Amino acid sequence: MTLNERLTNVAVLGAAGKMGSGIALLLANEMTLQKLLPENRGKRYELNLIDINPQMLEGLLRYLKTQAVKMAEKNIVGLRELYRERGDLVENQEIIQQFIDDLNVSLRPSADLNSAGNARMVFEAIVENADVKVGVLKKLNELCAKDTLFFTNTSSIPIGYLNENAGLKGRIIGYHFYNPPAVQKLVELISPEGVLPELKETGLELGKRLRKIIIPANDKAGFIGNGHFMRDGLHAISQLDVLQKEASHIQSIYIMNRISQDFLIRPMGIFQLIDYVGVDVFQSILKTMQPYFPDENLHSKLIDRMVEKKVLGGQNPDGSQKDGFFKYEKNRPVAVYDPEKSAYVSFEEGDWKLKADQWIGNPPTSWVAWKNLLRDPQKDAKLSAYFSSLNSEKSFGARLAMSYLARSKEIGQKLVAEGVAHSADDVNGVLLNGFYHLYGPVNNFV
Amino acid sequence: MKQMSKPVYLTAGYNTLFLGSGRNEFHPKKPRPGIGHYITEAGKGALEQIKDPQQIDEGVISNFMAARFNRQGNLAAFIPAIHPALLYKPCSRVEGACGSGGLGVFSAVKSVLSGTADSVLAIGVEVQNSVKAVYGADFLAGAGYYEGERKNGHAHFFPDKFSARAGACFAKYGQEPVRTAMARWYEQAIMNARRNPKAQEYHNTTGDLFAVGMTPPNPRVFVEHLNVFDCSKVTDGASAVIAASAEGLKKLGLTPADAVEVVGYGIAVDDITRPPEDQTRLATTQKAVQKAYRVSGLGPDDIGVLELHDCFTITALLAIEAAGFVKEGEASAFIAEGNSHFDGLLPTNATGGLIGFGHPTGGTGVRQAVDLWQQLTGKAGDCQVAIKSAKPYAMMINMGGNDKTVAVFIFRRAQA
Repeated sequence: MTLNERLTNVAVLGAAGKMGSGIALLLANEMTLQKLLPENRGKRYELNLIDINPQMLEGLLRYLKTQAVKMAEKNIVGLRELYRERGDLVENQEIIQQFIDDLNVSLRPSADLNSAGNARMVFEAIVENADVKVGVLKKLNELCAKDTLFFTNTSSIPIGYLNENAGLKGRIIGYHFYNPPAVQKLVELISPEGVLPELKETGLELGKRLRKIIIPANDKAGFIGNGHFMRDGLHAISQLDVLQKEASHIQSIYIMNRISQDFLIRPMGIFQLIDYVGVDVFQSILKTMQPYFPDENLHSKLIDRMVEKKVLGGQNPDGSQKDGFFKYEKNRPVAVYDPEKSAYVSFEEGDWKLKADQWIGNPPTSWVAWKNLLRDPQKDAKLSAYFSSLNSEKSFGARLAMSYLARSKEIGQKLVAEGVAHSADDVNGVLLNGFYHLYGPVNNFV
Repeated sequence: MKQMSKPVYLTAGYNTLFLGSGRNEFHPKKPRPGIGHYITEAGKGALEQIKDPQQIDEGVISNFMAARFNRQGNLAAFIPAIHPALLYKPCSRVEGACGSGGLGVFSAVKSVLSGTADSVLAIGVEVQNSVKAVYGADFLAGAGYYEGERKNGHAHFFPDKFSARAGACFAKYGQEPVRTAMARWYEQAIMNARRNPKAQEYHNTTGDLFAVGMTPPNPRVFVEHLNVFDCSKVTDGASAVIAASAEGLKKLGLTPADAVEVVGYGIAVDDITRPPEDQTRLATTQKAVQKAYRVSGLGPDDIGVLELHDCFTITALLAIEAAGFVKEGEASAFIAEGNSHFDGLLPTNATGGLIGFGHPTGGTGVRQAVDLWQQLTGKAGDCQVAIKSAKPYAMMINMGGNDKTVAVFIFRRAQA
């Protein structure tokens, strides 16, 4: 069965969630583009949007409408071609409106798993819990045709485990979108042992259609993205103990966040990133990964404590950042959580932040902000010059940053050595495209 | 066109800030001033430079598409809202797409020439950030032959029209020199805008502007031969200037030293339903310029400072050729050699032009007149170019649609 045939009936599980809604948007858009091609006239297209939470399905439809309009606005050049024969549609606005109408009629929101019965492709983006995933996939294996293909968005659970326990016989592949799926270019493609060649090909072809960068990873828990992120986060947490000999807890959090963002010229500091992903999600990924890496300690007492105190981060339905390690105003950190006091301490309160800044010093003068380098054609040369000056800098901040950089590189190299990634380029590709880093962890800066 | 039957002067010019993406104070989701605000600010800006607003005999307002961008018609009636002294004065609105401003100045000059007014307040305005560019493209397509061309036209209707011109120039003169000159033009526009606090690109801090200007076009999301930097942006803004007779200047409490004299004008309008015969020439612009040369008895060698209508970078190249500053096909070299620079042989668009200052479509022609008035009277501040005594004349070329409605003026500093 070709990808185009499969695209006539698709199901997204966990469609109202953060990842599911983005995946649903991409599929809704692609299916509607297919539907409009002359050769597909008269064919029925169904996108089954399934979520156990029926209340959230309404929000999903609203999200899809708003976002699909934005996508259509960007794709207007192609859409005018697709509607060329429609003499009644003259203005861009009329064409976009028609596209949205055509997209909407294919949407089938439902809280019932049975509605995935006729799907030829199933995208699974439910809770990151192996047992729950296995349970749902087992049911679908009974419900769906025997040639239905399954794409799981798990970011850490080995696909082989899901395949075996749900009895899918090679009809499942890891298809790991990054958050938010509609924006992030990266999809990690994780092929478990015994995966059907057709499934792999379909996944690659779909990736091209969705204009994604597909990076293959091997089926080892955490894959490349979380394989790096979890260990990177744990490194920052381990540094807190060192810092706390001279600094307070909130100062240490603030310092490591600033080191990882400013000094390393990353889009976000490490604790901000953990908040973005969700402190509880971070914890659950660690738990998933730990059994597969018995020689490593993939655990953090601090993370456990934050989760116990229900300081979880994550995002509100409108995409704004919830409070976690930091308290946020307009998505910018304004205060740090102090677990002793169970309260946030403002950046403005007292002089703790000033002292922390004085202690680490400033990055060298060759420093350029991440957002200014993003589209700079001289980016590589500027980064190289910056890190070379950082390396010769004696300040405490510079030394912390260089050791951070070294650890990040070590993690990247280990992912290759242990066969998680096929190459250092793949590791770098994931960090560049999935995390918006300006340089890969495996670099010559350190 | 006939010779000037008596001297007509322009004076008391004023430009508002030109707002749109690129300005730090611009945010698409934040509220912004409406069209009435711009008209009033520009009008007051002019009136504050004269002794007595009661002495203004008439008003004219240039605007392209307020009916769609702002759902507002009857713009002439916004003129009396500027100042009570203007209540019940004769006012009218003129429209010629992006050439509206030039037609407005023409209308004001004509009233003075005809003797029905001694002084006319001319305002040009457009407020376009009311809709996203993708929807504004349809409104702007009204500057073309909508009934005949919109349906089969490109999503980005006008960029595509000028992309076709760029493509034709690439084919005729070679892509490399033309493409390079277009990027150089972008670089020059932004560099000039950085001297102009009211320009849309005033806050632009891009390092290598030429490299940005060379960004390869992406026809999947835009057009074949132009990148977005080749295009003027979506702008909100207004300008005002006063046209007056010698008598009028006196009544306004001004002297010729405060004014420029209109020494030539040329208006040419082509059939909107007819596609351009030659994509590599601006035939209507050429006609209008030639008329202005005839009226003034001047030629390209007399022009010391130029304002041309660079709605797209390629248009700048073609306008330089159409105005006779170089032969056809030689504009690329002219630009590459720096002749149009701020301190070059023929300083052009010294305040940034449509690409750098911004392009509030129906207001642009008035803005060009204001800027040349400032240049010739030494009021251009950081944007002031040197006016050489051998070349004391300034020219503006204002174009509506795809070289359809063109207004050209030649000014010199008024003689005492």
